[in-house]
Amino acid sequence: MTNILNDCQIAIQNLSVSFHQGHQTFDAVKNVNINVFKGKTLAIVGESGSGKSVTAQSILGLHAKDKTSFPSGSIMFDGKDLLKISDNELRAIRGRRIGMIFQEPMTSLNPLHSIEKQIAETLVLHGKTPKNKVSQKVIELLELVGIPNPSERLDAYPHQLSGGQKQRVMIAMALANEPEVLVADEPTTALDVTVQKQVLELIKSLQSKMHMSVILISHDLNVVRHYADDMVVMRNGSVVEQGSTETIFNSPTEEYTQQLIDSEPSGQPEPVSENAKLLLQAENIKVWFPTKTNFWGKPTEYLKAANNISMALREGETLGIVGESGSGKTTFGLALLKLISSSGPVHFQDQSIESLNQAQFRPFRKDMQIVFQDPYGSLSPRMSIYQIIEEGMEIHKIGSESEREKIIINVLKEVELDPETRHRYPHEFSGGQRQRIAIARALVLKPKLIILDEPTSALDRTVQVQVIELLRSIQKKYGIAYVFISHDLSVVKALSHTVIVMKQGQIVEQNDCQTLFEAPKEEYTQNLLDAAYFYS
Amino acid sequence: MFSTDSWTPLNKRRLSNFKNNKRGFYSLIIFSILFFVTLFAEVIANDKPIAVYFDDQMYLPFLNVYPETVFGGDFETEADYRDEYVAGLIEDKGWMLWPLIPYSYDTINYNLPVPAPAPPSADNWLGSDDQARDVVARLIYGFRISVLFGLTLTIFSSIIGVIVGAIQGYYGGKIDLIGQRFIEIWSGLPVLFLLIIMASMITPDFWWLLGIMLMFSWMGLVDVVRAEFLRARNLEYVRAARALGLDNKGIMFKHMLPNAMVATLTFMPFILTGSITTLTSLDFLGFGLPPGSPSLGELIAQGKTNLHAPWLGASAFVVLAVMLSLLVFIGEAVRDAFDPRKV
Repeated sequence: MTNILNDCQIAIQNLSVSFHQGHQTFDAVKNVNINVFKGKTLAIVGESGSGKSVTAQSILGLHAKDKTSFPSGSIMFDGKDLLKISDNELRAIRGRRIGMIFQEPMTSLNPLHSIEKQIAETLVLHGKTPKNKVSQKVIELLELVGIPNPSERLDAYPHQLSGGQKQRVMIAMALANEPEVLVADEPTTALDVTVQKQVLELIKSLQSKMHMSVILISHDLNVVRHYADDMVVMRNGSVVEQGSTETIFNSPTEEYTQQLIDSEPSGQPEPVSENAKLLLQAENIKVWFPTKTNFWGKPTEYLKAANNISMALREGETLGIVGESGSGKTTFGLALLKLISSSGPVHFQDQSIESLNQAQFRPFRKDMQIVFQDPYGSLSPRMSIYQIIEEGMEIHKIGSESEREKIIINVLKEVELDPETRHRYPHEFSGGQRQRIAIARALVLKPKLIILDEPTSALDRTVQVQVIELLRSIQKKYGIAYVFISHDLSVVKALSHTVIVMKQGQIVEQNDCQTLFEAPKEEYTQNLLDAAYFYS
Repeated sequence: MFSTDSWTPLNKRRLSNFKNNKRGFYSLIIFSILFFVTLFAEVIANDKPIAVYFDDQMYLPFLNVYPETVFGGDFETEADYRDEYVAGLIEDKGWMLWPLIPYSYDTINYNLPVPAPAPPSADNWLGSDDQARDVVARLIYGFRISVLFGLTLTIFSSIIGVIVGAIQGYYGGKIDLIGQRFIEIWSGLPVLFLLIIMASMITPDFWWLLGIMLMFSWMGLVDVVRAEFLRARNLEYVRAARALGLDNKGIMFKHMLPNAMVATLTFMPFILTGSITTLTSLDFLGFGLPPGSPSLGELIAQGKTNLHAPWLGASAFVVLAVMLSLLVFIGEAVRDAFDPRKV
């Protein structure tokens, strides 16, 4: 028993956290017990709202003091209860003995300071390093986290670094004082898959080099399986299951854990019939944004967001477009719907739509719909679900008032939502439900084509699987063609017939889904696949 | 009073935020009562009775014009009810119901015991001004005209400002560029000089003054609304509406205007205070409403020229200070209500 206690770096006992807003109290974490062992990685897994971040942030006391209370529990670190010690004592621990990496590297760095200054700040604050050696120590740290030519990058500002590099700088800051514990709150969620792998590998190698304990918060089970020694599964603020990663993955005792493990998208879409008609054809689509103009306002340089993209899509077929952020996949999708201007011939059902203006194109909008990535942003907060779904029918003058109500009730059943909830407002629904509403809004016009712009990226894994099932069943029933845009290869694989891989506005590879995933021709595709599947 | 059941939850929360700002909420109540009461100034302060009962018949002099002959007088002109002779004729065969303050804003009190301006007395509660007119009556009418002028100016300049801002923000590009440059030049014009020049060519009445001030006051809201529209243009639900096939007008009205209304409504109480202050200062300088109109600015000017009659300046000051403070408090509460950090 004493042995276990000695190995235990942080012991969270019976922790509860409540947030207060006005007179309302929200219990974010309920009676949680977690032990973090020396030199090991503990993963806290759960869907959004499960309390995993709140638990981790309690360790460092990062919550707004006036809005948070701890009804019960303690967090023991080195013989002290972190919930009870004074702010000064806590400050001495924060950043010095317990480091933290945040999810969003873009906003966690101050844009007005050079990276040297930001890293040096943590060093100076905790006073472990003599002043004249700070600069050298910063270079060492940057080297440690794998920034090329660190001495030249000292004066760089955050905007001059890529997302992956920013996260490396964040890690360097967290490690500056050689902490005993590193808390990593979804450190790779905002990064592209290839970068994600590099960052996680980096944390792992640093851990063994510095003998740190790592608390890894993640919703991605593949990451956890590969990197964590122990794991805790959380749901609605309580611990569902905990134990060693291997045991839990091999024989989960709780149904919910099993559900999480099984939530990898799988299966394949229905094959398209041989004589399906050509629905949408685009050739050499270009979307160029002028970046420099000459004296007379003529553009001289362009940002080529999408360059010479060609595609063809048959009825009932799904085209997957894959690429990392900035590859131009969303731009291309918007260009197909004339939501941004582009050049290049586009044919929809044998009609050329390239030269049509917005008013002339309007009748086509009924047949070509879009579902956006962000289920929070794409629904107007001022309209009820009923009004949101009705809007399209109103514009295209479909049905009478009473007929519309029937259609709306049916479409809500179709997307597996309770029609009784149709007079509620979007904020009363969860992310997954909102995405169903967005799908219902598109579906109600009976379109022939839906462009799905990362419809599952903002959703939890278990919800993702449900949405994919739904999309597949709708396609089977109505023969709608999809253009499915995503950075998530496993989702694309589960839905697409053909796939386009894009990079920096260009097509890298284009093939039918199976061939592309089994035998990629290009090195870039190979890298993407490796990064996405390296754990399994 | 009115039902909020059909409101969106967001608006319900805003209403409760507004009510939570006690100072602003009570200010609104007090201001509404004051405004409502002064709307019926003719019944409160008038030199004509509210009702006359004469020879078994009812007359409503504050609404209709009756010649003196109706009451047995000699002249065909309108009856002067304050005249002792006419009053005597009526009292003989009936009675008169006088308003609380038997003076209108332009009634000259010939019965002053001392030369005008007369100090406060039982007859003239806050004294009379230098033309022997009752100060209370002038304050009541002056309050009403100030608020009405401010409200009309605010509403019209908001309408124009929102439309211009919306067009600039939505279409962007050249339209935006030309609009912005025009506003920069237009706002550089010296408004006061223009008003003085205009005032020398025409006699500005209420509507003239409103028009001239409107020419320059619509710019206040353009920037806010334009910024809101520029932002809203790229919101996903606006894009989604376009993808549904909604036309420009529909998108602007249904999806973007409500966004801009938050900024507009937050600004409005402050535009209102600004308008009232401008009108008062013009009146003070003598370039405002035509001579004889009940105006707070004119009363302040009288206070300045008649320093031996402090009741003039003091009462005008108190009314202005109370009115503007109430409006600022209401404005603060509205700002709280729409504060995105609180919603």
